Order: sequence, then C-alpha cells, then structure tokens
Amino acid sequence: MTERRFRARVDVRLNENVNDPQGNAVRAGLHSLGHADVAAVRVGKMVELTLTATDAESARERVDRMCHELLANPIIESYEISVREGS
Amino acid sequence: MRAAVVVFPGSNCDADAYHVLEQVAGMAVDYAWHTETDLAGYDAIVLPGGFSHGDYLRSGAVAARAPIMAAVRTAAEGGVPVLGICNGFQILLEAGLLPGAMLHNAGIDFRCEWVDLRLETTDTPFTSAGSAGNVLRLPIAHGEGNYFAPPDLLARLRDEDRVVFRYCDANGRTSLSANPNGSIDGIAGICDAARNVVGLMPHPERASEPDLGSADGRVFWESLLSMVAK
Repeated sequence: MTERRFRARVDVRLNENVNDPQGNAVRAGLHSLGHADVAAVRVGKMVELTLTATDAESARERVDRMCHELLANPIIESYEISVREGS
Repeated sequence: MRAAVVVFPGSNCDADAYHVLEQVAGMAVDYAWHTETDLAGYDAIVLPGGFSHGDYLRSGAVAARAPIMAAVRTAAEGGVPVLGICNGFQILLEAGLLPGAMLHNAGIDFRCEWVDLRLETTDTPFTSAGSAGNVLRLPIAHGEGNYFAPPDLLARLRDEDRVVFRYCDANGRTSLSANPNGSIDGIAGICDAARNVVGLMPHPERASEPDLGSADGRVFWESLLSMVAK
C-alpha cells in the first residue's frame, strides 16, 4: 500500500454550555466599533496538519485519535475534522 | 525525605518550590526534567507553576503528555503525595490525574494578587496539619484559573469531600466578589479520589516565609512532613 499525503483540518470549539470569556472580549471590541447588534461571539481554534496515510479514511481515524489524545479537551470542547489529499 | 520538582520548558516557579521544600520543609530536593522517565524513591512530587510550552493549545496540555508524566502517574497510583501548583494544577487536569478542566478567567484579565482561601478538608497530605475552616492568605497569578466541572463531577467532588480550597473573604465567607476567576462553586483546589494528588491555583510556595508577606503556605509543608513521617 502506498503512503499518500493528506492535509487535515481540525476545528475545535468550546461546548455551548461553557462560558467563553475570549468570545465576550471580542464581542466588546465589536461593540466598540459600532457593531452593536452582535449578540454573541464564540472563539474556537483551527489546527491544520499534514500527514501520510494509505487512504483518507485512515488519515481521518489517525487525526481523530490525535484529537482524543491532545488536540481537544472533551470536558469543554468538541471538534470537527475534514481531510483532503495533498499538502 | 526526598522531593522531586518536575521542570517543563516554561516552568518558572520551579526554583521557588525547590527553595521552600529545601529551606522550609528541610527535605532533600531534586529537579526532574520533563524528559525523564523515573521518579521512584521520592516521598513527594511537586509540579510547579509557570507557562509550560508557552501555554499553547491549552494551558498544561502539551506538558501533560511529556515522558515524565507516566512516572508521575505511577507514583500517584502508588500513593506518593503529588502537588500541582497553578500551571502544575493545569497539567494534572490535562493529564487526567485530577478531574475537570480549566477555562480562561471569567473576567478576561490576568489576576495577580493576594487572595483568601478557606481550607475545606484536612484529609490530604498537604492540608492535614490545618483545620477545616482555616483561612489562608496566598497569592495568585494566572489567566486561566477558571475551574470547570460538569454537574455530575461537581456533585461527586462535593459528596466525596474533594474540594480542598475555596476562594473566600477575610472572614472565610465565599461569595462572587471573593472569586477572582469565575471558578465553579468558588473552587481553588481539589484532590483525586485517593486524596494524595492535590492541585490548586494559588501559590503556597510564595507565601511560606514571613518576609514574603504571609507564611500561611507552611501548612502544606508541615502536613507533608507529618504524613511522610507516619
């Protein structure tokens, strides 16, 4: 099986039931700029990584494991993974 | 008696912890670099404060996966007292040695000030020399000290008497205004189910000598000495 190169993108966001002070700070900044109608801001993280795998599905499984092991904290965060071939 | 102070890239309270363990507690102390894999033979292990790995991703997240953490886990499971201070607490949470997670302070700002803490349980190796209800004056210095526990975990921590410290006023009363970071239920420190792993955001090592403004932190080291001596 030939190893191919994939690029994965992980979007990590705070769970809805978790307060987001960073989002509130950004909202305050937007209000200062006159965007008074902005009711809520949530700030997340995006992690991009490149890896090698035999196919997209196994690449996704590896990245899912990385999310469990390090990239996201399941107590306060959830995540979504997208994978495409190439680097 | 011998203590290890674990040092990660970005730890910056390691020398303070070393100083207190050696000069105040009178223990033999070694630094243990994060790449080491053996902590056998130590009577206590301290994870100090700082900004390990730049606090990137989440505070303590990268340090919690360092090689030495397997040795910390082994020691903890063997009953060795383990204390995580500030970033050390965050690392213990991220490593799963203590439950829950840390969020950014509710008020956004970095809090660097003296706080009052109510000692809630003497049933840990770091508080046994105190009395429940004691008010300790210790400094805090953190941007991510907003402790979070889901409802089921919070109930368990209360039921099992595992909240070790709460933020309070000078009279020992908890209130929203006495809570510097928005921590759930005013929690400043907790212990694990076996009670030998303790984490807290305030810094007892910075307040164990009168010249530093408070010696209330001494209860940690006096407790440790009496537990280890048993």
